[in-house]
Amino acid sequence: MSLFFSQFLNGLQTGSVYALVALGYSMVYGIILLLNFAHGDIIMVGAYAAFYSMTAFHLHPLLSVVLAVAASTLLGVVIEKVAYTPLRQAPRLSLLITAIGVSFLLENGAQLLFGSETKSMSPIVTGNVSLGSMSISKVALLTIAVTVAAMAILTFLVQRTKLGKAMRAVSEDMGAAQLMGISLNKTISFTFAVGSALAGIGSVLYLCAYTQASPTMGSMLGLKAFVAAVLGGIGSIPGAMIGGFAIGLLEALCSAVNLSVWKDGVVFAILILVLLVKPTGIMGRSQAEKV
Amino acid sequence: MKKIYQRVFALALAAVMLLGLLAGCSSQPAKTEAKETGSGEIVIALITNTTGEYAQYGIPVHNAALLYFNKINEAGGINGKQLKILEYDDKADGVESVNAFNLASDNGVTAVLGSVLTGATIALADATYEVNMPQITASATAAGVTLIDPGKEDSEVRTNVFRSCFIDPFQGEKMARYAVEKLGAETAAVFYQTGSDYSEGVMRAFVETAAEVGLAIVDTEAFADGDKDFKAQMTNIAAKNPDVVFAPIYYSEAGLAITAARQAGCTAPFMGGDGFSSVKDYASAEDLEGTVYCSGYAPGTDSVKQFEEDYRAAYGEDVPNMFAPLAYDAAMILVEGLKGAEAKGLAPASEEYKQAVIDTIKAMNGVAGVTGSYSFDESNNPIKSAAIIQLTGGEEIFKEMF
Repeated sequence: MSLFFSQFLNGLQTGSVYALVALGYSMVYGIILLLNFAHGDIIMVGAYAAFYSMTAFHLHPLLSVVLAVAASTLLGVVIEKVAYTPLRQAPRLSLLITAIGVSFLLENGAQLLFGSETKSMSPIVTGNVSLGSMSISKVALLTIAVTVAAMAILTFLVQRTKLGKAMRAVSEDMGAAQLMGISLNKTISFTFAVGSALAGIGSVLYLCAYTQASPTMGSMLGLKAFVAAVLGGIGSIPGAMIGGFAIGLLEALCSAVNLSVWKDGVVFAILILVLLVKPTGIMGRSQAEKV
Repeated sequence: MKKIYQRVFALALAAVMLLGLLAGCSSQPAKTEAKETGSGEIVIALITNTTGEYAQYGIPVHNAALLYFNKINEAGGINGKQLKILEYDDKADGVESVNAFNLASDNGVTAVLGSVLTGATIALADATYEVNMPQITASATAAGVTLIDPGKEDSEVRTNVFRSCFIDPFQGEKMARYAVEKLGAETAAVFYQTGSDYSEGVMRAFVETAAEVGLAIVDTEAFADGDKDFKAQMTNIAAKNPDVVFAPIYYSEAGLAITAARQAGCTAPFMGGDGFSSVKDYASAEDLEGTVYCSGYAPGTDSVKQFEEDYRAAYGEDVPNMFAPLAYDAAMILVEGLKGAEAKGLAPASEEYKQAVIDTIKAMNGVAGVTGSYSFDESNNPIKSAAIIQLTGGEEIFKEMF
């Protein structure tokens, strides 16, 4: 029983990072119908920002976290302004290809700047908490707590604030929203900023758990978060949360029954299955295409 | 008339004598001429992964091998011939190594030092074996590097391929015995990387030897290339509570695995092969305490001191791991082979020359390198003993020879 609970916690911890990244995918898709494949690499940049501010500049971990989130947010907005805004009227395929290009640029740029080798640092959070016969790592508890808090803040932001309302309006009908006096540029930038900030939080949590940063760390993480977003229903915020946790738990389950080698295969099989059976995902609404 | 006869006779005699003189000389100039065409340079390809994920292994190999070759060149080369080193980066990818070798072949290469990781080295060995090109690797430890089919008892040997490090089965065997004899372990868990020749090779040898020496394997966990998240596997291992965890994997994953194991509440010491080298930078000192691994090289011992100083002087940093001294030895072995071929007066890059290099290396008997003395067994593997390195207070410290 305790083994089951430990594996459940492992799944939640991994799932938390997936969920945070999946949120970024989903929000951006929801608003400009773009699969932002550079999103995973924003995590990588966030992780390097946290890594260098802690190891090279010896800043306080909390300050480093703020810096990492700020760097991710800034990068997300800059990418949107430089790469996506000029293509807003272009076919969606051009946008998608640009996103892949940006992803390559970030990965290879990072190799050039930081070197290709994996950078490792001493753990930020150490120690375990004993709970009866079980020992739970503090990192796991922290990760899950921070993720839940971030999601609560996001939900509040989207549901209760004016900017959130604008986001939902643009997502529903861009043209009508514009006619109602909503600034399109501002709203889209805001969406990218929020999504990237969440990725920044994810990157710090990732660094807490694995203490390593490498230029390609974001690619697999990004792909799995993408699967999570599709599973939850791309475009749906609660869907991304559910999808992220579901993928994390599924991976832990695979490892628990000694199928850890098949972990990635199972995740991508889920993607295929969802696309075949229910392309809208768990929480997605099916929309009639306007002709 | 008589006078004329005498004159003709005298002239003929003089001509014969002159001819004899010429004939006597003729073999001398011919020889020096042959030497002139042969001198100049001996081309060696140095194929290592100096960029990419495992560059931490490739760069020291590249640097240390160059250090030795440069030393030979500064001392006047081999038999008056300078070594010309063609450097290639294969990014630890077998396709790239073979491409590099093909390029080198177009440039009159005589011998190859490389590659670094097992997978790429086997791919390269397949290519060099076809043309009987002398090849030596400093670091590829899988049995399959020198054997064509390591699964078979009487596998064909790639007679042209040598190495300066010891082999995978050797490491697994040593560590299983070490766990029982020195650590008093009765149970062990195994954690390895699927699809990695190195990891699977060492793991198999460990499991086989464990059965022989009465070490029970209570859990076997694995991961695929690119995985970073080992929490779930470590939770499984922690639940079985083994005496030791044997993880024949590379340093960066090893650091993650050990950190994850401690988080999952597993306190058993980790054991590894030479892939653990420089793991000290990849997990906290506290988590690593007590970790042991076997290595081909014991830092700071007498035989490596001079090399360590030279390396520091040349590259401005300490010898990063055991791959540097092993590469230095690999270069030494290759140069020994070349000297053997030169002694026979053959022309570089010819078939006979290559065969002579191979024969000389094969016949080496206790030639001293910086990591030990070298002789080769029937499968072209070196005969030497392993250094056990232990992690103490975050440092990798030589414990004993085993």
